[in-house]
Order: sequence, then C-alpha cells, then structure tokens
Amino acid sequence: MKILVAVKRVIDYNVQIRVKEDGSGVHTDNVKMSTNPPDDNAVEESVKLKESGKVKEVVAISIGEDKAQETIRKALAVGADKGIHVKADNYIEPLGIAKILKKIVEKEKPDMVFLGKQAIDDDCNQTGQMLAAMLNWPQATFTSKVNLKDKSVEIVREIDEGLETIEVNLPAVVSCDLRLNEPRFASLPNIMKAKKKPMEQINAKDLGIDLTNRIQQIKVEEPPKRKAGIKVANVAELVSKLKNEAKVL
Amino acid sequence: MSVLLIAEHDNSKLKPFTLNAITAASKIDGDVHVLVAGANCENVTKEAGSVPLVKKVLWCDSPNYQNYLPENLAPLVTKTAEKYDHIVASANTFGKNFMPRVAAALDISQVSDIIKVSSPDTFIRPIYAGNAFATVKSNDKKKCVTIRPTSFDPAEKNGGSAQVEKIEAVDVPNTSKFIKREETKSERPELGTARIVVSGGRGLESGENFKLITDIADKLNAAVGASRAAVDAGYISNDHQVGQTGKVVVPDLYIAVGISGAIQHLAGMKESKIIVAINKDGEAPIFSVADYGLEADLFKALPEFLAELNKLNTIQK
Repeated sequence: MKILVAVKRVIDYNVQIRVKEDGSGVHTDNVKMSTNPPDDNAVEESVKLKESGKVKEVVAISIGEDKAQETIRKALAVGADKGIHVKADNYIEPLGIAKILKKIVEKEKPDMVFLGKQAIDDDCNQTGQMLAAMLNWPQATFTSKVNLKDKSVEIVREIDEGLETIEVNLPAVVSCDLRLNEPRFASLPNIMKAKKKPMEQINAKDLGIDLTNRIQQIKVEEPPKRKAGIKVANVAELVSKLKNEAKVL
Repeated sequence: MSVLLIAEHDNSKLKPFTLNAITAASKIDGDVHVLVAGANCENVTKEAGSVPLVKKVLWCDSPNYQNYLPENLAPLVTKTAEKYDHIVASANTFGKNFMPRVAAALDISQVSDIIKVSSPDTFIRPIYAGNAFATVKSNDKKKCVTIRPTSFDPAEKNGGSAQVEKIEAVDVPNTSKFIKREETKSERPELGTARIVVSGGRGLESGENFKLITDIADKLNAAVGASRAAVDAGYISNDHQVGQTGKVVVPDLYIAVGISGAIQHLAGMKESKIIVAINKDGEAPIFSVADYGLEADLFKALPEFLAELNKLNTIQK
C-alpha cells in the first residue's frame, strides 16, 4: 500500500501572532514557522504503518512557496520516502488545495491520503473532506486511532459527544487529530539522509486548475481585548465579588 | 432566496446547538428552511417546526441517514441545496464533517466557523485560534457556511408551526460503515454548554488532586475543564480539554485554577463572560484576561473556596 501525506508550513504554534496595522493579515516576516501540528501526527501515523509492514511507500506533499520544502524535508527525516513540492506563491483556499491534491492523487495513486484535521493558521478544517468528495472516496475526520485492514480501515474518531468508530473502504482520506500518536523527533543522521531523498517539484500553475480564490479577505483585525480585571486579597473577597458584583453565583 | 440549515439531532431530539445555528441562519435571510435527515426522526421534524424562526421543515427519512455518515448525508444536502442560496450548519464535529463535502460537490469555497453575519455574503470568522478576526466576503453564487454555535444565542423553541415537507432519499455510495458511538457519560453538565466551568491545570500536580476541582464543580453544578498541560500529564481525560486543540467554551463564569494561561488555552475560554484565575504565580498570563484574580496556593484556596460556597444558600443544583 501507498500513503500520500499532506503537510502545511504554518506559523509555529508557540508564536503569539501579530496583526498588521493595515489590516491586510498577520506578520510572517522573521516569524518562526513549522509543520502544522496535526500534520505531524499524519506523518507519524503514515511512518508507523510503513514500519508495521502494511504500507510500502510514504510520499509527503506540501503546497506553497519554496520554503515549504523544509516541511517536506522534515517528513522525509522521520521516515517518508519521497517528497512532492507543488510551488505556489500566493495563498490558496482549501478548495484549491483539494483540487491540487486530487491531481497528485490521480498521478501517484495512493491507497490513503493522510493529513491534519485542520491548519492552525486559517482554521478552515475543509481540505480533507473536500478532497474525499472530489475523489468520491470515503473519509475519516478527527481520527484518534487507525486500524488498517486489507481493503478497509477502521477508525476511532473524536466527536463532540465522545468517540465514534467507523469503517471506511479503501481508498480513503484520513484527517488526523492530535491524540492519534506522539510524533517523533528526527535524529541528526536521519536529517542528513533526508537531504538525499528524492523531491519532485511541480508548479501549481502547470496543473491546469483554476485556482482563483472565491473568498475575499476584507480585513484582519485584533479581537476586542478583555479589560484587565482586579486582584482580590482572599477567597472571601472573591466569593463576595462573584455574588454581589458579577452576580454569577 | 432562502437559507437551508442542516439540523443536528439524535433521531429523537434536536441537538441544542441547532437552535444557535437557526439564529445565525435567520440573520442571513429570514426564510429559514431546516433539513432533518435521519431514521425514524419524525419527532425531530415536529421540534424543528415549532421553532418560530423556522419557515419550513424538509424531512428525509432513511436508515442511511441514521448516523449521519458524511458519504451518505452530503449527496442529499447537495441535491437539496439546488433551490437555496445559503447552506448552513453548526461548526462542530457534525457540521465540520459533512459540509466541506457539500461545498466541494457544488464547487464552492466554504466559509468556516463564522462568529458574525455582517451581510448575506460577508462574515466575521476567527483565525489563528481566535487571535485575529477576519472579515471575509464570499464571491461564490451559493454559499456554504458553518457557524460557531456559542457566538449566537439559541432560537426560541416554541410557538411556531412550520409546514413539514417529505423529500426523497438519494443513492448512497456504501463506502463507509458506522460501528459504534461511545458517549462520554457524566452527571455534570456538558462542557460546551455549561453555565459555569471549573478548570484545572498543571498546578494541580496530580490526577487525585483534581478532586479539589470536581468538588467545586459539583457544588456549582459546573462542568469540569482542563488545560492541555493537565491532559498531557495524564491528570484527566482529553474530552475535558479547553483550548485551541480542545473545546471552545463561553460560560457565564470560568474559573481557571493552576492554569498559567498559554495562548492555546486562552483561545478556548477568553470569550467567557466572567473569568476567575487562581494561581500562585502573580505574573501568570491568565491574570491578564481574568476579571477576578486570586494570587494564592490553590491547595489552600480551593478548600476555603468550597467552604465559602457552602455558606451561600443561593446556589441551586
């Protein structure tokens, strides 16, 4: 079996983002970037399946500017076999990303596509489901457990009420939740080896897809700030304030 | 044209967040139609029809829709969407699962997780886990929109009498199978909808010490939350996690105990109406969002807090 795993380069989750004064977006210059956290889980699960012998090949793909290759190299360093970089310099909406991935799926013919449930920058949570719909494949979202069988995969998903178990036929799209596994760190020798692994480069423009964004971003602003409150001296004062001032008790 | 809202339900009752989604839908257009797709779900259609903001209920009954598998549900929504300008659902694990499939089938760029309707084509949505708000305008003819339920008040439940129209089921691909659902059972209110949430962080130091949190939650009839640090440390199960990677909560009162206030936690609770922070580190970032901060050792403060609460006779279960 073969897995295509999609990774996105985003502002590191530990960075406090800063909104640009002109409302056009957030500052990304000189900001630490890293792999979208649940995409790391997607890579880890793909590599684990390869180590179990059920999967023969793991191909990592990223779509974006040249620096997206760093994200692919990181996936290669923890065990992916080959990289595909689809070069695109502008922001592409999940609909366009799913269309690009569909083209790559048609070419690479994987049995499964793994990706993170959501990117922590635009917070859309769409790409995996859209790709599945375009391919007419079943999907598993918010995956926290994977049990791969011959022609299907049994999945435990995290839903608002608790956990749900489903079984989907292969090929399928699997979007991963953070609790699926514990992503490993790349060792230095593996980082060096990853530099020699193959990386195919494709220009998004050459795929023959209309990638015009349909959603216009009018402005980005800081959320209204909370007013700093007061410090209370002791528990009795706290309870008294909650009861008499805030009236929530 | 009208708005099509996809109801979330368990085949016998409407899920509460559907009422919040109805409010959001009505801000887009007053002509709100609700699709109830399920198995033996007639009761749900009656409930949806009695919501005064709902003008019409579409009812599709088939065993294929019992567990709302997205492979089955999305084709029905896609077909039903032909007559509508907006297709709307809650941005929870129900709506997030199937709506992008509908959008892709209709070649629409979905607008996810909106917190405000500015006009029928312009919405405000949080990005970067709520650290920025984006105003976005959809240029698609039809619009697929998911709404953040806690940003809209629930619609009035009773008094309406919308017409219920039965619609035909569509073919399903038979590529997925529902096996089981294990709902987290709790005597306490659900984290996402509770009026009061009491959360513990790494400051609790152990799972056993979470009893200090649960005792207060029980006294206040509150839900129990936790920071990611507490979940990662194994003090409590992950369905209690509040934050960017957990649940977003907007209670009337949020009490954060032994939580430093990492960005990722603040993203899940900073819209709460009143925030209380109890932490021994006076410099902890949680104090910058707290209405009432108590700089104290939680192991001393929590028993005192419980004793003070016991003195109040106004708290009712």
